[in-house]
Amino acid sequence: MIRKLLIANRGEIACRIIKTARRLGVATVAVYSDADADALHVQLADEAVRLGPPPAKDSYLDVEKVLDAATRTGADAIHPGYGFLSENAGFCRACQQADIIFVGPPAAAIEAMGSKSAAKRIMEEAKVPLVPGYHGDNQDPAELEAHAQRIGYPILLKAAAGGGGKGMRRVDDAAEFRSALDAAKREAMNAFGDDLMLLERYVVSPRHVEIQVFCDQQGNGVYLFERDCSVQRRHQKVVEEAPAPGLSEELRAEMGEAALRAAHAIGYEGAGTVEFLLDADGSFFFMEMNTRLQVEHPVTEMISGQDLVAWQLAVAAGEPLPRRQEELAIDGHAFEVRIYAEDPDNNFLPATGMLVRHRPPEESESVRVDTGVQSGDEISVHYDPMIAKLICHGRNRREALARLDRALGQYQIAGLRHNIDFLRRVINQEDFVAGRVSTHFIEDHESELLQAERAITALECAGIAAYLHEREMRDLRAAAPARDPHSPWHCGDNWRSGLSAQRRHNIDIHGRHVDLLTEVRDGAVFWHCQALGEAGQGEIRLLPGRELALVDGRRMSFSSVDTAEGGAVFVGDRQVEFRVLPPDLGEGGQYAEGLEAPMNGTVIALLVEPGSAVEADQPLLVMEAMKMEHTLRAPSAGVVQQYLCAQGDLVDGGSLLIDFDTGEQS
Amino acid sequence: MNQLQSKINTRDEAFALNREKMQAVVADLKEKLETIAQGGGERAREKHLSRGKLLPRDRIDALLDPGSPFLELSQLAAYDVYGEDVPAAGIITGIGTVSGQPCVIVANDATVKGGTYYPLTVKKHLRAQTVAEQNNLPCIYLVDSGGANLPRQDDVFPDREHFGRIFFNQANLSAKNIPQIAVVMGSCTAGGAYVPAMADESIMVKEQATIFLAGPPLVKAATGEEVSAEELGGAEVHCRTSGVSDHYANNDVHALQLARRSVARLNRVKNPGLDVRQPVEPIYPPEDIYGVVPADSRQPYDVREIIARVVDGSEFDEFKALYGTTLVTGFARIHGYPVGIVANNGILFAESAQKGAHFIELCAQRNIPLVFLQNITGFMVGKQYEAGGIAKHGAKMVTAVATAKVPKITILIGGSFGAGNYGMCGRAYDPNFLFMWPNARISVMGGEQAAGVLAQVKRDQKAARGESWSDEDEQAFRKPIVDTYEHQGHPYYASARLWDDGVIDPADTRRVLGLCLAAATHKEPEETRFGVFRM
Repeated sequence: MIRKLLIANRGEIACRIIKTARRLGVATVAVYSDADADALHVQLADEAVRLGPPPAKDSYLDVEKVLDAATRTGADAIHPGYGFLSENAGFCRACQQADIIFVGPPAAAIEAMGSKSAAKRIMEEAKVPLVPGYHGDNQDPAELEAHAQRIGYPILLKAAAGGGGKGMRRVDDAAEFRSALDAAKREAMNAFGDDLMLLERYVVSPRHVEIQVFCDQQGNGVYLFERDCSVQRRHQKVVEEAPAPGLSEELRAEMGEAALRAAHAIGYEGAGTVEFLLDADGSFFFMEMNTRLQVEHPVTEMISGQDLVAWQLAVAAGEPLPRRQEELAIDGHAFEVRIYAEDPDNNFLPATGMLVRHRPPEESESVRVDTGVQSGDEISVHYDPMIAKLICHGRNRREALARLDRALGQYQIAGLRHNIDFLRRVINQEDFVAGRVSTHFIEDHESELLQAERAITALECAGIAAYLHEREMRDLRAAAPARDPHSPWHCGDNWRSGLSAQRRHNIDIHGRHVDLLTEVRDGAVFWHCQALGEAGQGEIRLLPGRELALVDGRRMSFSSVDTAEGGAVFVGDRQVEFRVLPPDLGEGGQYAEGLEAPMNGTVIALLVEPGSAVEADQPLLVMEAMKMEHTLRAPSAGVVQQYLCAQGDLVDGGSLLIDFDTGEQS
Repeated sequence: MNQLQSKINTRDEAFALNREKMQAVVADLKEKLETIAQGGGERAREKHLSRGKLLPRDRIDALLDPGSPFLELSQLAAYDVYGEDVPAAGIITGIGTVSGQPCVIVANDATVKGGTYYPLTVKKHLRAQTVAEQNNLPCIYLVDSGGANLPRQDDVFPDREHFGRIFFNQANLSAKNIPQIAVVMGSCTAGGAYVPAMADESIMVKEQATIFLAGPPLVKAATGEEVSAEELGGAEVHCRTSGVSDHYANNDVHALQLARRSVARLNRVKNPGLDVRQPVEPIYPPEDIYGVVPADSRQPYDVREIIARVVDGSEFDEFKALYGTTLVTGFARIHGYPVGIVANNGILFAESAQKGAHFIELCAQRNIPLVFLQNITGFMVGKQYEAGGIAKHGAKMVTAVATAKVPKITILIGGSFGAGNYGMCGRAYDPNFLFMWPNARISVMGGEQAAGVLAQVKRDQKAARGESWSDEDEQAFRKPIVDTYEHQGHPYYASARLWDDGVIDPADTRRVLGLCLAAATHKEPEETRFGVFRM
């Protein structure tokens, strides 16, 4: 019996674990870095212990500090969540030594799956089907190239220690092999400190189908069916669903049995996930086993009716599995989407900054939101930029999908770029709706799913027009004299003696500049936007005191929030964030554009000597942010006068990094 | 308070007819105003824009707080006066909020005759300064003017109320701590150079604004010195070397931002000294005024129908409702401000004049602003009334109006004839603001009456000479008089000459009054000392 559980994690997973622990009457201890001192998981837990400064290595990854927190608070178990220490065998052992239950598999099982090449050997012995490949230790490039030739192109290069797409490269023919190998090794070395590479056949139109397994300490094991996580971008999952569309009962059982064989082969305990590549012909190949609770576990919970965290705690406490295989059944269909702070239309560039508004849809039996952030929280450079997971259930796939679309339409986020529109495009895409997915889904439908130029709708313009009027009215009222608070000079409708009260607003919607004309008449805002052609006009009236508007006579929900440079409006099921363009004060020309940090991050390399002349587009500086590298390039030919930062500096987004002289007189 | 009950049937034919007629005159007004707002025409606008300058109305928009109202003054100035188009007399004036404070804005329109000062331009500029002084509002001058209109210098330069008065006013307004801020956005030559020089703070736009007493051609003629306008009086010179200007702006928008910051630093706190309440809309819609005012101006109607469509909650507490009933007096609120309303409901008799004087005394005593709704053909005439002392009773009202120190706002809603204009706070009585409705008429007497008087004199002369005068001849004599009176009594004619502050849409009356009251109450209350009332 676990009495007090320390959750060695943050964000939504920490919150999600705390919820189950509370329900079971288990006391909870949160840990936090300085960046998370007021975070939701800290608020939800019964106790909280500070670990250290924001970087994960100084806080959530610091084994000693986490164990110390557990000892000090008298926690008898630690749940590692996912990521951080969840697949760290050393931590698992350290827990044992401290006589603290590690909620997860034994260290040996983690280690067995920790090296992909070793794992494949074990799987081979356990008769778990594998993708043809080379998993040996001989890393001589020529040797590897020969193996590639044997396996047949296209092949996939993977870092043995990797995950999350790091150190992974597809190679289509022999000519590319060497350079791809070098790049993948470099990336793997940077990311994991280990550049051991595996080779595999690249399955051309594969699906990613994974099996949720559970084993207890008594040697029992069950599988809780599969999840289809085929929709990925850069090997990061975007949409997950259960069950996998079109999977036959036979294949399900076959894959389930294979997954259990894999688990038993390494003496597994607790929750684990065996990932398979499923080919179009129904053959499937073992990819890897994740020895932890997966991000996407809620879809399994929704269709199985089981609480996997409760199962984990039971198993960790030495209890047998709550259900036998024959007691488990699939009920309906569930989807999960991951809501990220990122810009899908700009290469999924992660976004950092203040989450000005975070208002998820109302939860119900069929709508679940797992999140660890609230309005006002900072999405920082230190951790994963996931805002939440939205999970929807339905009696069948179509119903679950309809609920998901509706819930996404109600999801309100402001302050930073997010992927909600992108997710809606994905889940409404014809092939997706039909269940025709593969891991190439996003690249195959790139033109439909990603927008070079964001479309602007009439509804959005109406919402923006109403917001602008409201904000001006609010600002003017706030400026009214204290002793004359109702002065009509502060009514804010831009009245002009005998003339049209029309105003022009210059706004920027995701990089697109739009002129929006507004005119207030009798409390209604009439708007006109030439960029929209014939549809570019209408009327909107806000219903006072309620989050409702009449848009061309149709009543719908409306709310808005101020952001640093503009606002965000939520009207009907659309949301749009925009900047009010500052007027041109004629102060340009101080420095060339593009030499500011694109986001908060760390400077990892300064590429030229100060004082040297450079060509246009020449790389000048590399920074790392949100686990990705960004290169700042020379905007034109010129001279790098000096760097305004040093290697290793943590810099804020927008700060000027390079003093660059274009040579032109300004 | 007592809520007025309208007796108007908004569904009857007369209402529809009235509304139609009023809509037509309002439409005509708005069309004229829109045309005037275009300034000096397409070519002049394009030329102006090509220099990187903002048009004057865009300058005002950029200066004002976003969403602020702009109560324009004298929009019809110089309309049909000079035999050439001088829209708005080449200068835009009005009140709008800047950094939260209502300010008087005076903006030259360089697209109209290079922004030069016609006689009415001067008058309009001076009127704006008077409004600033009377209501204690900061002044912001957006200067872009070639100075006095040289061909008309005799009507612009020498007199008391001519060009020089602008600077006299600037000095004296500044002396009263009414801030004077100048933004030089174009030329500012000769006398005009004193606008920024006399200002408390001035801003210049680089490579666009120039200030000099004499431009390059005059300098060359006088001394032979060759110099460019920029070298002679650009922003560089005046912000760095001469000190004529205080702030250096990169462009128009920047200059206007700097002006906004100047206003934000003024440290002025409004204390209206009034019992202000939460405003309530009238229960009768203001647009119904269109149907209330009879199409035939001679047909009487109850002015309370107008009051019901102007005041908060249509609530009106009448004073002396049963006495002197041709003048309606009473207390109400407009946009939350307490007001005393004096409104004509027929000819002024001795009783109504005394009642008016009494009521004005009450308001002055209590520091309640006065609103005059003027629709008056005059004081009652005739032997009985002269003998009853109508002149001295009228004089009481005129004395009260002239000397009451509370804010006074006059709206000409119908006729404004003869001494009625005086008793009801006409232009000569310095109301803080005076606006006309487009259906109103103003003259010393009605056209028919004037024609009648003149015809009578003529007939008497003819009779003395023993000549006869046919009816036809008399009609021919009367017609041009009636026509002239109609023409000169028209609101456009009046407004073109600045006998008022503008012609407004009657449906905007409540708003205009609210803005005027809010503007007027920037001035600290002053104690009234009435003159001698002839008893």
